[in-house]
Amino acid sequence: MGSRAPRVLLVLAILAVACVLPFTVSNFRLFQFTQVYIYAIAILGLNMLTGYNGQFSLGHGAFYAMGAYVSAIMMDKWNIHYAWTIPVAGVLCLIVGFLFGLPALRLEGLYLALATFSLALAVPQILKYFEHWTGGSQGLVLSKPGAPFGIKLNPDQWLYFVTLAVMALLFWLSANLLRGRVGRAIVAIRDNHIAAEAMGVNTSLYKSLVFGVSAAYTGVAGALSASAIAYVAPDSFNIFLSITLLIGAVIGGLASISGAVFGAFFIQFVPNWAQDISKAAPWAIFGIFLIVFMYVMPFGIAGAIRLLWIRTRRSRVALTPEARDTAHSQAPRTT
Amino acid sequence: MEIFVQQVVSGLATGGIYAALALALVMIYQATDVVNFAQGEMAMFATYLCWTMLNAGVPYWGAFVGTLVLAFLGGVIVERVVIRPVEGAPILSIVIVTLGLLVIFNSVAGWIWSYVQKPFPSPFPSTPVKAGNIFFGSHDIGQIFVTLIVLACIWMFFKFTPLGLAMRAAAHNPVSSRLVGIRVGWMLAMGWGLAAVFGAVAGMMVAPVLTLEPNMMGGVQIYAFAGATLGGFTSPGGAVLGGFIVGVVENLVGTYVSFIGTELKFTVALGMIIVVLLVKPTGLFGTRIVKRV
Amino acid sequence: MTFTRRCMSLLLGTALLATALVPAADAQTVVGVTATEIKVGNTNPYSGPASAYGTIGKVIGAYFKKVNEEGGINGRKINYITYDDGYSPPKTVEMVRKLVEQDQVAVLFQTLGTPPNSAIHKYMNQQKVPHLFVATGATKWNDPKNFPWTMGYQPNYQTEGRIYAGDVLKNHPNAKVGILYQNDDYGKDYLKGFEDGLGEAGKKLIVMKQSYEVTDPTIDSQIVNLKNSGATVFFNITIPKFAVQAIKKAHDIGWKPVHYLNNVSSSLGTVLKPAGFEASKGLITALYMKEVTDPQWRNDKGFQEWVAFMKKYYPEGALDQQENAYGYNVAILMTHVLKQAGNDLSRENIMRQAANLKNVELPMLLPGIKVNTSPTDFAPIEQEQLARFNGEKWDLYGEIFDAFRRQ
Repeated sequence: MGSRAPRVLLVLAILAVACVLPFTVSNFRLFQFTQVYIYAIAILGLNMLTGYNGQFSLGHGAFYAMGAYVSAIMMDKWNIHYAWTIPVAGVLCLIVGFLFGLPALRLEGLYLALATFSLALAVPQILKYFEHWTGGSQGLVLSKPGAPFGIKLNPDQWLYFVTLAVMALLFWLSANLLRGRVGRAIVAIRDNHIAAEAMGVNTSLYKSLVFGVSAAYTGVAGALSASAIAYVAPDSFNIFLSITLLIGAVIGGLASISGAVFGAFFIQFVPNWAQDISKAAPWAIFGIFLIVFMYVMPFGIAGAIRLLWIRTRRSRVALTPEARDTAHSQAPRTT
Repeated sequence: MEIFVQQVVSGLATGGIYAALALALVMIYQATDVVNFAQGEMAMFATYLCWTMLNAGVPYWGAFVGTLVLAFLGGVIVERVVIRPVEGAPILSIVIVTLGLLVIFNSVAGWIWSYVQKPFPSPFPSTPVKAGNIFFGSHDIGQIFVTLIVLACIWMFFKFTPLGLAMRAAAHNPVSSRLVGIRVGWMLAMGWGLAAVFGAVAGMMVAPVLTLEPNMMGGVQIYAFAGATLGGFTSPGGAVLGGFIVGVVENLVGTYVSFIGTELKFTVALGMIIVVLLVKPTGLFGTRIVKRV
Repeated sequence: MTFTRRCMSLLLGTALLATALVPAADAQTVVGVTATEIKVGNTNPYSGPASAYGTIGKVIGAYFKKVNEEGGINGRKINYITYDDGYSPPKTVEMVRKLVEQDQVAVLFQTLGTPPNSAIHKYMNQQKVPHLFVATGATKWNDPKNFPWTMGYQPNYQTEGRIYAGDVLKNHPNAKVGILYQNDDYGKDYLKGFEDGLGEAGKKLIVMKQSYEVTDPTIDSQIVNLKNSGATVFFNITIPKFAVQAIKKAHDIGWKPVHYLNNVSSSLGTVLKPAGFEASKGLITALYMKEVTDPQWRNDKGFQEWVAFMKKYYPEGALDQQENAYGYNVAILMTHVLKQAGNDLSRENIMRQAANLKNVELPMLLPGIKVNTSPTDFAPIEQEQLARFNGEKWDLYGEIFDAFRRQ
């Protein structure tokens, strides 16, 4: 298939634009873009679990919170440099996610969703309880990191680049993972659990591992957000966060890596637009956006793009048996 | 002993509210495999309609019944107009649509009636009921009775009327139902209508206690989810029992498990549900769905 | 179109988009101020769990509209820009950055909530933007040495807690004390003040503490537990929604302690009436404002001015909601500061004026309570008075406590 090279070029081109951005837009916009990248990492984590592996999670905000607080506590209590807190948050979330994934094996679709929902609901109360570590409801005030070695970048620009780098790395890892054997096994488990098991895939191990990796990604996003906002408090991590991440994943497009980025842009900017449109009932506008999006693009933005891509290619290519097979294998693989 | 009984009765009263909303959630889930996240907000909206009627001078029980009718119509309309177009879409996309509804109902209610909390009347007397040494709120007792009456009516409807039978058939096996001539689409819509009715009952019963405001049902819906999960989403009776159990157990945990006290009460309630799920993955009374290969 | 051309057009489009996001250069010398307007920024929870407080942001807007219609401040109109933060600190940070960096406001005022304000505390001081009259009762906003740009407004919760503790020690030294508190910074702040006020004696006096979450449907269970602990004094730290439940339930189960109710829920209209005036007899609270549903202020000049203002400029606002009087008061204070700054509306001078308020009277404050600030005192209102509910109104009694004098 000769379609890898143009895709890689497209990604590199977008990365190039992203690198130029900090020198052309205001700090405030950079702050918003940084937030978009953070959400994109979090949503990719959720997407791997729910989109590719079919395990519904309504509680990924819990891992985001965990990553944020691990990072915050390390910086606040032990004065550890923020850069080290990010991988530590990731590893801790990986372990916790994996451990959560083990009993989750017993739960099907809806019940897993509700169990994760419950987990996320309990987060604010748990955070407030361990006041000594978490600062309780007052939260922890942190410092925004500045550029090291005297590099001439302001904190917003520096953090933007750090986040962009982490995002690029994690997305690249994810792409490699999901496009290979492992990815096919993961999707196979989602599409037909029993057949996958029969074909020799160790479904239990894979499912728990995906849970762990998914939690790790979202935890890293949380850790980055602790530095970006420079403040953590239980109010920032209520159930609405988990729901927002889910919205981002579905709107962006499940089972799609680029979908995570689209979803992130949506959840960051559309509420602001809604506020601009209507001061009186902005969330009603947002709700309408959600419903209309699902009518027009039930497979999310990435799904809609994929469909469009196939249609334009199909019209140009003669429908030989080989072409038909290619078109089929590229159809949206979501439920 | 006294405090135990008091907490249990208190728990049953709030549990009744959770049970009514849990039943609504399960009804829709059974028919469509969709969890309606907007159930609580629809209930809240119906309660505001009742408030508007009461303010216009309509007597309480008249407004109560009027609200049930409006809620039923509202549920039917929402299903036909909003949910029908995405019926074939992936489950999570439909969930997003219900989330959109949630946000719309909440925001519109705040816009029309403002976010200021409003007192809502209770049809029951304000003097407490005394049994021995124990005081019970009249509203609590009344609430339990109303919930049970409504549940009984619905049970009779489903068990003994042809329409109820048709609805059950449509939910259980839509393909065969169509073959027998049942208008499955309209059965679904009626299911949403009935679910909205339960929600409205829950809303009107809980509003005197919580005071009426757009965010009133948020906490209740969460507990309703917990109840339905505990009881099993595939069992309406289980969901109802689950709601009652959640109400009672939460109160007892807060009272008797002193090292936890009230600062982790909610967490413990949720934790218990997760533990139950680990032992019985489809809830206490749910049935396992066996997949054929 | 070949692939390369598609790529180039994408790049071009993105570059164009990026340049469109560059803000126009600002040619003003004083930020947020022109010859005809002053930009005042604000965030409030217009949606989400705290949306009931969103009316404060609205009533402030209504008051500024009145000021503008009456000619403005020294000839300049107030351009009031307010955004919704949904009580979520990350959103507050984003909206405040927008106000400061994009909208270029002169001052930020009455941002609401302790977590939202904590999130922007450092930022506002780094950016050197006046962060005035924050709408929270937390104690940490009075710190001019470390945070010279941030100023509080209302009497803080800890002070009020201490006032009640003092009353308990004086009048009920052998009581058994039970406390119900909301499990967040507001509840815990009151609790701390109360416990600090009781001091060593507190350890013996307090027999039970019960908490609840804002998302809990009811607190009946906690009230039952408190009664059963044998408490004879009850400190009730709840927001209006739960205060109604607490008062009603206590009455229903026949529990009649000495009942201290926190100021936040002292409204006749939204709390005492729904709970029942009979059930509310004997409640004690500390007030600093005239309570809007209290009949004793019916003929008071300040109260009548407020009602007239509400009817003309904010008719959709509720006349029985205390927040609308609160917002009115603080908007008047902000206008006063801007007037006092005269023609020098630089951020430094606005801050200087805010730190130089001497015995300013606001129409909805209790008689005898005045606003005072100085370069070492960033707490504008520090006086409160105890009141007891007699079944019809709040009977003010005792002296006006002044936290500043007690320091």
